[in-house]
Amino acid sequence: MKRNMFFLVILSFLLVAGCSLATQEQAAPTKAPVQSDGGGGLSSDASAIAAERGLSPDDINAALKTYMPTGVHDDYMIFSSGGHSGQVLVIGVPSMRILKVIGVFTPEPWQGWGYGVGHEILDGGKVNGNDIHWADTHHPALSETAGEYDGEWLFINDKSMARIAVIDLRDFETKQIVKNPIAMNDHGGAFVTPNTEYIIEGGQYSAPLGGEYAPIEEYNDQYRGSVTLWKFNRDTGRIEMENSFAIELPPYWQDLCDAGKLASEGWIFCNSFNTERATGGIEKGNPPFEAGASQADTDYMHIIDLVKAEELFKAGKADVINDFSVISMQTAIDEGLLYLAPEPKSPHGVDVTPDGEFMVVSGKLDPHVTIYSIEKIKATIDAGKWETDDYGIPVLALDDVKEAQVELGLGPLHTQFDDQGYAYTSLFLDSMVARWALGGNFADKNPDEPWTLVGKTSVHYNIGHLMAAEGDTTSPDGKYLVAMNKWALDRFANVGPLLPQNFQLLDIDNEGDSMKLIYDMPLPLGEPHYAQMIKADKLSPWEIYPEVGWDSGKQEVSPNAVAPGEEKVVRDGKNVEVFMTAIRSHFTPEHVEIEQGDHVTWHITNIERAYDATHGFAIPGYDINLSLEANEHITFEFDATAPGVFSYYCTEFCSALHLEMKGYLLVKPAE
Amino acid sequence: MMTLKLQTVLGPRASEEELKNHRLRYTWPALCFGGAAILLVVSIFFPYWSLTLYAPQYPDNLVVHAYVDRVGGDVAEIDGLNHYIGMRPLGEAAQLEKSVSLIGIPALALLVVVAIFVHSQWTVLLTLPALTLPIIFLLDLFYWLNNFGQNLDPRAALSNSIDPFTPTILGEGLIGQFRTVAIADVGLLMACGASVLILVGLFLQRQAYKPLVEQNQ
Repeated sequence: MKRNMFFLVILSFLLVAGCSLATQEQAAPTKAPVQSDGGGGLSSDASAIAAERGLSPDDINAALKTYMPTGVHDDYMIFSSGGHSGQVLVIGVPSMRILKVIGVFTPEPWQGWGYGVGHEILDGGKVNGNDIHWADTHHPALSETAGEYDGEWLFINDKSMARIAVIDLRDFETKQIVKNPIAMNDHGGAFVTPNTEYIIEGGQYSAPLGGEYAPIEEYNDQYRGSVTLWKFNRDTGRIEMENSFAIELPPYWQDLCDAGKLASEGWIFCNSFNTERATGGIEKGNPPFEAGASQADTDYMHIIDLVKAEELFKAGKADVINDFSVISMQTAIDEGLLYLAPEPKSPHGVDVTPDGEFMVVSGKLDPHVTIYSIEKIKATIDAGKWETDDYGIPVLALDDVKEAQVELGLGPLHTQFDDQGYAYTSLFLDSMVARWALGGNFADKNPDEPWTLVGKTSVHYNIGHLMAAEGDTTSPDGKYLVAMNKWALDRFANVGPLLPQNFQLLDIDNEGDSMKLIYDMPLPLGEPHYAQMIKADKLSPWEIYPEVGWDSGKQEVSPNAVAPGEEKVVRDGKNVEVFMTAIRSHFTPEHVEIEQGDHVTWHITNIERAYDATHGFAIPGYDINLSLEANEHITFEFDATAPGVFSYYCTEFCSALHLEMKGYLLVKPAE
Repeated sequence: MMTLKLQTVLGPRASEEELKNHRLRYTWPALCFGGAAILLVVSIFFPYWSLTLYAPQYPDNLVVHAYVDRVGGDVAEIDGLNHYIGMRPLGEAAQLEKSVSLIGIPALALLVVVAIFVHSQWTVLLTLPALTLPIIFLLDLFYWLNNFGQNLDPRAALSNSIDPFTPTILGEGLIGQFRTVAIADVGLLMACGASVLILVGLFLQRQAYKPLVEQNQ
């Protein structure tokens, strides 16, 4: 039976590509277009437009639900991973318009991020001393207060190099990047505890901790997984390395994590997908990872007592690896803070319900979601009822901790929640979103039978994560859900063999089997994995920086801020300091005369005070391009290696005399 | 001799009995002058004149408020725009007026209070500065608007496309892409209110004390 299932799954996976032609034909509207006779309550003009464009009544409803008249703002904001761009995208809902790209792990020219701005912060993301020019950003996490998004901070992980970034939502700028000192890569991040005390970062592909070497043959003994708990200080807005710690985990390839809340506050949960400890080596005749890691019927959900772990760390019981505190696996076992529970194989999500009572796990190769009860988990732990794995870690029996299983379809991946007692799970292989009814405290919130599938809606295609409005908080909003599809196939005009990904907006406002697809948004970048959707009125960013001369990296007035009338060029030996102001439509000074070999420190203050009065500042040839928002001050440095005449100029079309907003950097050749 | 002269200046006093019989007749002028004085003192905390500039790229408009002692509102932005046409920064206008107004206007109000106790032709003289304050303000405003508008820096970026001009003192105008609306603001309306109260007060004071003057003659 299981074997047949597995075969079916693989077959259907392979068929997706082959079926693209067929789906193209199926994509034609299935509902009759409206007639141009003014039927359906539309004005005759609107009916004529609908008829001419072949729009169905559903299409018209979708358009009416998503159209934003000029000047009207979206109700919700999505903070989405920018995938391989290493950036974060800000998207409005329901319009699905991109509002901003935030430079995070990688250089971003518009904001000058890495082109004169943010170098100290980007340096935090160096790996083995090397600059890294890409990232695999996966999971953004908004800061929370009492399990609710508070709109103050945003965190995001880079899977490729185990890094976490901190973004300040007062100005939507990155303020910190930390590189995990023990993990080589991560996946179970970023997730926050209910009051953002910690940012959770679970590792992914096991390796010796701290970047050490060990041959693959020593996998079982030397390779390890980990989960890191980054301490976040709200007052300073920074992660505190010295107050952060990690827990050593078995080499099971930990995947997604989630923080417990309410009933499960103080616990964290991570799943894993290679409890077989397959070590691959297809070229040596070994089973490839994809098969080796899928042999057992179950993998392990990791259940971690964060309260105990924090006590141990504070009591100094952690070891130190690469100058970072790590609670060893043996200590975790001895102190009773780490437990495992079987979960359907190759799981992706482990998602805590809004009341914290249940953990929902989807095994990609199992058609069910499995629901665990924190009450049962605690009772089983208290009863001391477990067996152990090879490392001596307690393994709770599935039947002892399972609340329910719900069959949804093929390839369940990730689950979120709404305000009507429904859960939503993405079905990768079915290319569908499933809505199912929760039990427990949620049973009375809708007329559907608890723990049953309620309805499914097709999405296009190969959905990965999904995300509902505030759908992973203690009080989800419902209303909207976004399917984050990996493949677009026929959904957009052909732009060559590399296709955009497709975010599809679903209206989930009505109960029952009524989820309607209302918008397709192409994302022209690689793998924007996950996103969170927050009510727009929870955000209160600045319109302009609070005071003139503002250093946004430190969020305070810069001691080097330049006031009008105090512009100058100061030389001290080979060091030249330029003090410059920018205002429409001139820089002062407009001539900067230096010599080849000088080290230049350039201070520039935008003394504009008007909303949106941004100036750019570029020095072509020296790879400098800054964005200076009103009141902002930036200091950057470079070595004047090349002689010549360089035109520095404003790169934001600031005014009618924008082109005239320029100056000459004259670099006299060395004698 | 002194007393007589002082009496001529101060005018007649009403007898205790007269005051008792016709209290209101003598109280009203005092109330008018007192009210005018209070209005004047309060007015210095409000803008006397405001100019709103409308242009497509400023959905929230730009506004400049002229107080008796300063200019407020979007001055930095307006100065920034004005540099294109070569107009001097607004803060440079009327520096003398602004420096004396916070003492000067309460002093005018004090004269009006003094006028309560002066029941002769001198009353008019005491209240005259306060009475004419709105007109003086507007004339001074016109002088400075004209001075600034007519003396543009010929080396400014847009000096070729904008001829020297006098901004509209009250009502609508047009400068470049900006539609401008200038209004008399709360402070000036208070000062006008004070003027009206002074006029009424003068009339009532004259009515009250004229019979006494005639009696004395």
